[in-house]
Amino acid sequence: MADRKMKMRTRLQDGVVELQILITHPMETGLRTDKNTNAKIPPHFIQKVNVELNGKVVVVVNTGTAVSEDPLLGFRLKGAKNGDKLKVFWSDNLGESGTLEGTVDIS
Amino acid sequence: MTQHPRRTFLKNSLAIAVLIAVGGTGLLHQTRALAAEWPKDAFTAKKVEDAVQALFGSGAMSPSTSIKLKAPTQAENSAQVQIQVSAEMPNVEAIAVFVEKNPSPLVAHASFSGAEGYFSARMKMAQTSDVVAVVKSGGKLYTARQNIKVTAGGCGG
Repeated sequence: MADRKMKMRTRLQDGVVELQILITHPMETGLRTDKNTNAKIPPHFIQKVNVELNGKVVVVVNTGTAVSEDPLLGFRLKGAKNGDKLKVFWSDNLGESGTLEGTVDIS
Repeated sequence: MTQHPRRTFLKNSLAIAVLIAVGGTGLLHQTRALAAEWPKDAFTAKKVEDAVQALFGSGAMSPSTSIKLKAPTQAENSAQVQIQVSAEMPNVEAIAVFVEKNPSPLVAHASFSGAEGYFSARMKMAQTSDVVAVVKSGGKLYTARQNIKVTAGGCGG
């Protein structure tokens, strides 16, 4: 299994805490063909991303193949403050998954 | 039975085949149950209306100016089109983003419980198309759209 890097960042945007998540992932659609072998490249894409704030799920995203490679997703969290715990979980159509924990840092 | 070993053999193999078939579907059901939350029908739908129907169980939407779409009018790289949807209405339950002319229009579907009605992502576009945002608020569906011109290439093209 390839190593899927994840990053998260929080910042204050329009008075609300905005969370951005970057996941390194090929997001293959299954529609592309390998130019050398002419074989179809099988689909491989993230299907689900969950965001937990202080242990409570606040966002659930279903994603399809039209989300770009290395997805960068943005959300705005209600009532989040400095030091609040964040946890992001993703899983894809081949059963791979990843988790990243962090804290809200808008100082 | 002893007179017809071949028949018995056939019967047995048939029974085994049935067992395998049942076991197989059983396994399939299990994996499907685990993945049940991912709305496959909505993601494989070929039309925006069908995808909305599959996702929300209703196709009745009204246009709303409270939904702000922030996207380029012209995309330089069709594989990385930045889009921001922000719904300025109370109690936004979900935001779904569609590219009308993609082979499968549904891009992403975000559900909220404790987050603002805001979603941003980068998406792929096969060709020049309208981008449609559908917002669920208070049990009703609202929509907004914007055209994005794609100048070169399709997905990975």
